[in-house]
Amino acid sequence: MQSSSPEAYEATHVHSVYNAIAPHFSSTRHKPWPLISSFLTSQAPGAVGLDVGCGNGKYLPVNPSLHIFGSDRSDALVRLARTERNGEVVVADALSLPFRERSVDFVICIAVIHHLSTRERRQECIQALLKCVHKGGRVLVYAWALEQSSSRRGWDEGSEQDTLVPWVMRSKGKPDETFQRYYHLYRQGELEEDVVAAGGVVLESGYEKDNWWVICSNEA
Amino acid sequence: MKVLSLNFLTCAVKACKSSSSSYPLHPQDAELVQDEIELNPDMLINVLPRLDWAALRTTSSELGFPPLPEQAPTQEELQADEKLVRDLHHLLLETQISEGKLVCANCGHSYAVKEGIANFLLPSHLV
Repeated sequence: MQSSSPEAYEATHVHSVYNAIAPHFSSTRHKPWPLISSFLTSQAPGAVGLDVGCGNGKYLPVNPSLHIFGSDRSDALVRLARTERNGEVVVADALSLPFRERSVDFVICIAVIHHLSTRERRQECIQALLKCVHKGGRVLVYAWALEQSSSRRGWDEGSEQDTLVPWVMRSKGKPDETFQRYYHLYRQGELEEDVVAAGGVVLESGYEKDNWWVICSNEA
Repeated sequence: MKVLSLNFLTCAVKACKSSSSSYPLHPQDAELVQDEIELNPDMLINVLPRLDWAALRTTSSELGFPPLPEQAPTQEELQADEKLVRDLHHLLLETQISEGKLVCANCGHSYAVKEGIANFLLPSHLV
């Protein structure tokens, strides 16, 4: 489905879309998911962590006894994370992260890697996350599932994994505008395979709300 | 951005990661703002083992703060030293860089900080 480089493709079908839809997208993303909240609240007070692809920063205030730094590729979303949630945030690409290696206790990366358009780049991203945590630190990754026949999108095992998903922006007094976002929909077991290929160890994994998730580490 | 964050940030250029001169990044033309934040001694004492003390000393002196002890205190020492707890709280959490640049001493690239947000997106020739 791609004729251009993955970087250029993602610039068109991921980065520019999020910058264009940021306020509308953000207004639909307020409620933290329970499993992610419990991962954050289980961290020791004063622990240091990263939220890579923090979007509007909805996970940054979940546990106020943590030092948590957010990053996102979209400067529009990062500004929202700072102004609306007083988040400690930077603009950065998940494949060129500016964090000191082996420096933090945990990383969360929610709904990010499914926007990378080759398997190599998705695995490279997981590898980069694993490098940020100190030995044994935990990394929580969520990605959209292919198997979501009960969702309104209705994809299942037989659907195409690389797909464009429309985002319809409705604003008062303006015609609806549709943006196409690229997704790689993960099939069962694939996220664990990517963790192993990235040199990580899978500690826990599961399915929640149309997503596959994994908690992994850089050592057993 | 808080001074604490600077202790966890380094150059985004892959080729710089292996060079010790890429860390810490050096603030230039930094405008500082001070926020009053309630002191939470436990959060400060617990973050101590995660800090790179040598880098923090560099950052602190580059921002014009009084010198920090040469050696990092242990958690027990910090717990017993109210003044150092207050000083570190002020430096790490209450002091923010609102505008300026962060410069990598290895590649020379400079990252802009605007309205408290540093931008680490790289021009294509550095990716």
